[in-house]
Amino acid sequence: MIRRHSIIVAIVSLGLVFASLVIGYTEQQAARPLAESYIRLVPQELGAPNVITGILLTYRAFDTLGEIAVLFMVAASVGLVLGREGPPRGVPSEDRPGEARPSSEIVQTGTQILVPLISIFAAYIIMNGHLTAGGGFQGGAVIASGILLVLLAYPQYQPNLEFLGITESVAGALFVLAGIAGLIVADGFLDNRILPLGQFGAFFSAGAIPVLSALLGIKVGCELSVILERFRP
Amino acid sequence: MISRIVLTTGLLLVLIGLWGMLTHRNILRIIIGFSLMGTGTHIVIVAIGYVANGTAPIIDRALSVSEAISRAVDPVPSALAVTAIVIGMAVTAVMLAYAIRLYESKKTLSIDAFTESKW
Repeated sequence: MIRRHSIIVAIVSLGLVFASLVIGYTEQQAARPLAESYIRLVPQELGAPNVITGILLTYRAFDTLGEIAVLFMVAASVGLVLGREGPPRGVPSEDRPGEARPSSEIVQTGTQILVPLISIFAAYIIMNGHLTAGGGFQGGAVIASGILLVLLAYPQYQPNLEFLGITESVAGALFVLAGIAGLIVADGFLDNRILPLGQFGAFFSAGAIPVLSALLGIKVGCELSVILERFRP
Repeated sequence: MISRIVLTTGLLLVLIGLWGMLTHRNILRIIIGFSLMGTGTHIVIVAIGYVANGTAPIIDRALSVSEAISRAVDPVPSALAVTAIVIGMAVTAVMLAYAIRLYESKKTLSIDAFTESKW
């Protein structure tokens, strides 16, 4: 009873704090100076129409690199926590009675139709990150959703974890190498001007941003797929 | 006006998530409450970046650079929200992995069964 009361008190007091936040909130009428300089500088200096991608992949690309490191650590720790010492997996289901029954034909056919479309959509999101809404993280998550669909429809399917691991490592190493190239050729670590900026708004433009975006998408997609595979019973 | 509605929604989601975490005894429900709290925070971050009558900060034919400075929303909170979503997903994955391990050790997901580290 005391427990319930203390929960109610905590929620109500936090609600009062939030209510005062909402009452005191006023909508901005114009962009703040930092936002204004980003909106001006990203198209001018980086040649990227999408300001957010310009921030994520050049001005704050070091944060993005740290985030990739976090994802890598999560994939490693999920593997560590869920790694099992029992018999190796991938044994045909006849040897393991009580295994889940195969998915229905509707799910399998739906997967066969949807997975290619999901892959194309992911590639589109990743490669148009500098032009319109999208980018490496979002596209990588879409790739992983396709893998999840395959894992649900075909429980026996074994993704090649070694291939995923190597692809992910190569993409990460290339991302860092592109950053170091920015130190040598352009103005700083992960500067996108190591490649020509090209025509504003064209597909091949904005310097290294599409390349970094593709590497990021590949890396995130592989990492999320490995995490999903680990969660399989 | 619209950002105040979004802000209120986000803060309400945070409250609902916290309530769920405090009242439920099932670990999976606690994780869901945590995710709700995280989602509410993302909504709050995006809401405070809104500029009155703003649009997405993507420069194209419909939005020139000079127009964007007065009309586009703040891009910094949006960039932070992308980061926050990825980290939130990562934290959820680790929590679920531990939930699986805890279930294997006690064959239950009720948090009342795990009293070893209780003080």
